[in-house]
Amino acid sequence: MDFRLSQEQQMIVDTTRQFTERELMPHEEKVERDGHVTPDLISQIKKRSIEAGIYACNMPSELGGGGLDSFDTTLVDRELGATSYALHYIVARPSNILRACRDQQIKEFLLPTITGERVECLAMSEPDAGSDVRGMKCTATRDGDDYVINGTKHFISHADLADYVILFAASGEEQTSKGVKKKITGFLVDFDSPGCERVKGYNCVSNNGYHNMILNFDNCRVPTRNILGEEHKGFDAANEWLGATRLQVAAVCVGRARRALKLSVEWAATREQFGQQIGKFQGISFKLADMQIRLDAAELLTLRAAFNDARGNFSDTEMAIAKVFSSEMCQFVTDEAIQIFGGMGLMDELPLERMWRDTRVDRIWDGTSEIQRHIISRALLRPHGG
Amino acid sequence: MNIVVCVKQIPDPASPGALDASTHALKRDGKLILDESDAYGVEMALQLVASAGSGEVYVVSMAPNGETSGMRTALAMGAARGLLVSDPALAGSDALTTAKVLAAAVTKLGGADLIIAGTESSDGYTGTVPEQIAECLGLPSVTFAKKVKIDGQVLKVDRQSETGYDEVECSLPAVISVTAGVVEPRYPSFKGIMDAKKKPLDVVTAGDLAVTPTGWAAAGQKIVNVTQAEARKAGTVIEDDGEAFGKIVAFLENLKLI
Repeated sequence: MDFRLSQEQQMIVDTTRQFTERELMPHEEKVERDGHVTPDLISQIKKRSIEAGIYACNMPSELGGGGLDSFDTTLVDRELGATSYALHYIVARPSNILRACRDQQIKEFLLPTITGERVECLAMSEPDAGSDVRGMKCTATRDGDDYVINGTKHFISHADLADYVILFAASGEEQTSKGVKKKITGFLVDFDSPGCERVKGYNCVSNNGYHNMILNFDNCRVPTRNILGEEHKGFDAANEWLGATRLQVAAVCVGRARRALKLSVEWAATREQFGQQIGKFQGISFKLADMQIRLDAAELLTLRAAFNDARGNFSDTEMAIAKVFSSEMCQFVTDEAIQIFGGMGLMDELPLERMWRDTRVDRIWDGTSEIQRHIISRALLRPHGG
Repeated sequence: MNIVVCVKQIPDPASPGALDASTHALKRDGKLILDESDAYGVEMALQLVASAGSGEVYVVSMAPNGETSGMRTALAMGAARGLLVSDPALAGSDALTTAKVLAAAVTKLGGADLIIAGTESSDGYTGTVPEQIAECLGLPSVTFAKKVKIDGQVLKVDRQSETGYDEVECSLPAVISVTAGVVEPRYPSFKGIMDAKKKPLDVVTAGDLAVTPTGWAAAGQKIVNVTQAEARKAGTVIEDDGEAFGKIVAFLENLKLI
């Protein structure tokens, strides 16, 4: 496995880093203070990221996207990960599951999402169905050429700025060898559909300025032409297209931890106590070493999963390993960074306390650390009848 | 309208630089990037060609180690082709030799309606190469251009001065040096990066251009000594007692900033 970057890949990294430092980082403090990104700033970031080709870089070039594979997209996410997610996400990476669009859906949803005219969000979680996705209670009942949606979704990230949702709902039941299971179908639902309501979500300790919302569906009619993928096969589509989203979490954690370590090294090399640089005290220097060790390990695990995925060798286990290790690494690195900075680390004059808070959600969203460990251990035990 | 932009590839300022102990020159053996001060020239050239409706932007550069990363950045921004003069014998070249090499490179590309350079590089700061290129090519030279317009065969430049700017005109072809901030350089787009791979980037030696390298020994300028920059002194703190604005105005006036 060779992770050396080609000249083009290095230029993609350099461009994204420049973009992050110039277009996003200068706004971090204000966004954190205000709790939102202004519409003007959203438009500006969107426009400039489209010009730079970073926007929708994961989508096929023949559809107007950047045509980057998993590995290159991971490099992009790693650079963007250094800044606040409230700013990062505006440089959109439309959900890969939109590649399942067909016929009229391509023109109505996929293409305008790639060009930035439309913004999607994704609704899976429910108050009573988190890790247990099949336990969802939001139902889709067939009625002629429509499906009628009823139920509630929550934790729906950036639904406030989206204009349609990729919704997963229970469309029936089936008998399996493990008992009765719900059949899940994916739908593309415009937010202006009657019976579809968005309400303010919860205040979250992580990613201030990046909002979640609650979606209520009350006899919301969705035409069958808006089914994404095959009817009752939403779970398969989600597994096919959403498995690699864990790479984004892992890459963001690596980018964020890199920045925290860089700040820590600079501080340890310049801050003096007891007449010498604090980096000369073993209590500090060994922290730096441990941060670097875990960061390197996380980066290599992330690049391994991306490298294989880009070559058509998607591995659920490698994705899970990258996600769980990188998110836990980032929690460790940002925490140690704060310890090195002492009291100042907890003050909002520095970005560290934000990074420390922001990364807490990374151990939970896109599959908790526990679910990732379940995936890893299941793969180990299955050949032995486990 | 064909424009040649002279660009320098420099060590990444984000990485700690190192000086060669014997020559006192900056070590350039690692990865080189496009000097940010040249990104303005590339952007201006792209805009001028776009306004003209036809033509191409070419980039020329000189680097002893064959490095092309910085030039690829210029190609990814939109330049059509590049010519790199790379020759170990050019190590230690003084500003005049650099100008002769770049002038010869411009000639090899068939000349241009306009030649653009930065006012000075971010790593060497001699600030003389653009004018020397103009002299080598026998062309008019306009320095410190902050705004550039082309009207037929006439070049109209707002030239930055200490007190404001001069409005200068000359005929084309000409050589101009542009100041930082004159335009906002575009990011090399991802599509541009992929397209840059296919653009021609020729590498030639000093001999190919019939220029005789001077090297360290015969260079017309030498770095005789390097000393550590003086550490920045602590700033002045003005407590606002209701009259602080007057003290700030006086401070800025003393520095001739207002």
